[in-house]
Amino acid sequence: MMTDDELRDLRDIAGTMIPANAGRNLPGADDPAIQADIVKTVGRDLPRVKEAIAAIAAKSDGTFASLDVDRREALINEYFAGKSAPAATLGRVILGAYYRDDRVLTALGWEPRAPFPKGFTVEQGDWSLLDAVRNRPQLWRDDR
Amino acid sequence: MTANEKVDVLIVGAGASGAAVAWSLAETKMRILCLEQGDWIKSTEFPTNGRDWEARRYTDFAISPNHRGRDTDYPVNDDASIMKVANFNGVGGGTVIYTAHWPRMHPSDFKVKSLDGVADDWPVDYWALEKFFEENDRMMGVSGLAGDPGVPPRHPPMPPIPMGKTGTKYAQAMNKLGWHWWPSDTTIATREYEGRAACINLGHCTPGCAQGAKASTDLTYWPLAIRAGVELRTRCRVREITTGPDGMATGVVYYDAQGVEQFQPAEVVIVACNGVGTPRLLLNSASGKFPNGLANSSDQVGRNLMMHPWPIVSGYVEDMVDGGRGPITCMWSKEFYETDPKRDFVRGYTLQLGRGTGPATQAIVGAAAGHLPWGRDHHRAYLELLDHRVGIGVACDDLPEAHNRVTIDPVLKDSNGIPAPRVDYTIGENTRRMMEHGIARATEILAAAGAKRIHTSRTELNYPGHLLGTARMGKDPERSVVNEWGRSHDVKNLFIVDGSVFVTGGGVNPTSTIQALALYIADQMKQRLANLFD
Repeated sequence: MMTDDELRDLRDIAGTMIPANAGRNLPGADDPAIQADIVKTVGRDLPRVKEAIAAIAAKSDGTFASLDVDRREALINEYFAGKSAPAATLGRVILGAYYRDDRVLTALGWEPRAPFPKGFTVEQGDWSLLDAVRNRPQLWRDDR
Repeated sequence: MTANEKVDVLIVGAGASGAAVAWSLAETKMRILCLEQGDWIKSTEFPTNGRDWEARRYTDFAISPNHRGRDTDYPVNDDASIMKVANFNGVGGGTVIYTAHWPRMHPSDFKVKSLDGVADDWPVDYWALEKFFEENDRMMGVSGLAGDPGVPPRHPPMPPIPMGKTGTKYAQAMNKLGWHWWPSDTTIATREYEGRAACINLGHCTPGCAQGAKASTDLTYWPLAIRAGVELRTRCRVREITTGPDGMATGVVYYDAQGVEQFQPAEVVIVACNGVGTPRLLLNSASGKFPNGLANSSDQVGRNLMMHPWPIVSGYVEDMVDGGRGPITCMWSKEFYETDPKRDFVRGYTLQLGRGTGPATQAIVGAAAGHLPWGRDHHRAYLELLDHRVGIGVACDDLPEAHNRVTIDPVLKDSNGIPAPRVDYTIGENTRRMMEHGIARATEILAAAGAKRIHTSRTELNYPGHLLGTARMGKDPERSVVNEWGRSHDVKNLFIVDGSVFVTGGGVNPTSTIQALALYIADQMKQRLANLFD
């Protein structure tokens, strides 16, 4: 479980990481539905997510939400550049929820659905390109 | 402790090799039992059934048992290993979560000492295994295209998976460079095959195939083996192999699904637990007669671990390509597989030319590579990545080194209290040079394909963790654990059939060779049934 303060911080952090973009019809990662998905599915990643939230709060002396957008973005990018395990986990959890949201997938040109049972189409490609390889001499060493 | 009725053959592990050997031995009509610590996995459980399909490859369908953390998994202390362990504990074993890429080891892989002066030759050669490779290809159901000048002749029973836009992009680049490429052999059905449906390009093959197009031994060997009379018991975790006063194996002690300790007597014990699970079991089976672990008079049990260093070089092309749709690896290149005296290393590598990833995975790998900023520029950058990715894996040959090894961790235990394995592994100098050579060639290919933002991930972030070499085969009992047909030198009714018997690693995914070898060992056993213990 996350505390109310942690939930608020998570929303502020996620919204800074992936802000809404009206021109592209993309919600921000602070969108209530995406936040609810994160909270519902965080599971075993919760301890590291809490650790990351606390680290970002500490890095901003508890004033993250009141910083201007340039400073918030700079702080977030600096934190993630450290490549710590909590940072990687927080990033994965937010990205995982964001990039399965119906509105996001639709805006990206992906159907908002599970891969199964419909699957996807992959074209055969240009098999004539193989002609250049077919007549090459044997590459493998025959030990006999 | 409960005692069970004695069986003729007891197999520990229902994965790639355990399934193959069970099916092969079934025709003997011996009473055969397999104990597997995991479950049957239903196709409805696989991630591609749900909207969280990408997230689950990091949790309950992760390739690392430590990340997966199912109650059927055992922990592995791989803190002292630059590469991490990949496995799956369940019926089908690693075949449940492999990519289904299906190369064979080359003939030269079996003769590295005589050809290249390194490591040791195997006591068997490619040609002794050839008919078992073919038999296994039919059993697993392989898609591919005959006529590849890069590998010995083989006869895939199904046509290859599509090249797609991504494969076409690679092919154009490879032809420009004049380098070999060929559509990959895979165990993904491209048409209906022996009850399996054809691939519909779910694109997320590694953590299981909801369509059932990917071959795993729970779909291929096991139904036939069970129909032929083999018994398979799941949720049975083996603690140790027991031995009698004569030094022969008498059976195993295991914990059943309720955690009750049981003894299963057997005439013959076959270990099929992979290159970490097998040495763990043998070392945990130490006794007064075998104080250093079972079958370990050579001190080779657990040593010579090979894990296949696997750099991945990725980039992004201007055109939209296949992204995460379709089987991941679409072609291979054998241009740099065989030793070239002009290089500063011996042996070589396969280049595996891969497609992209799904939307969430693309964001995660893009962020990890530093290509995806946080903030207002995030969306612009992301759109240049999604469905534009090309990525090449450098599958490096791995040579045995005694200090790369599996031991028993002094502290860590599984949920039954069985001591867990510890892995110590470093990458040898020859392999490091090979990696850098492969990274440079992969970079050239991506550049020829017009890719930008080229990024190299060298080791631990990739798909590594093949587990090989820790109970090597050989004719000399002082330098090997099993003989040339898989029987322990020390315990004459104990056999090992998994990748731990590999003498060298080769520069390919190992499952095809593991299974061919298991079928070969089973065939040798059948030929020697009258004097199996002589």
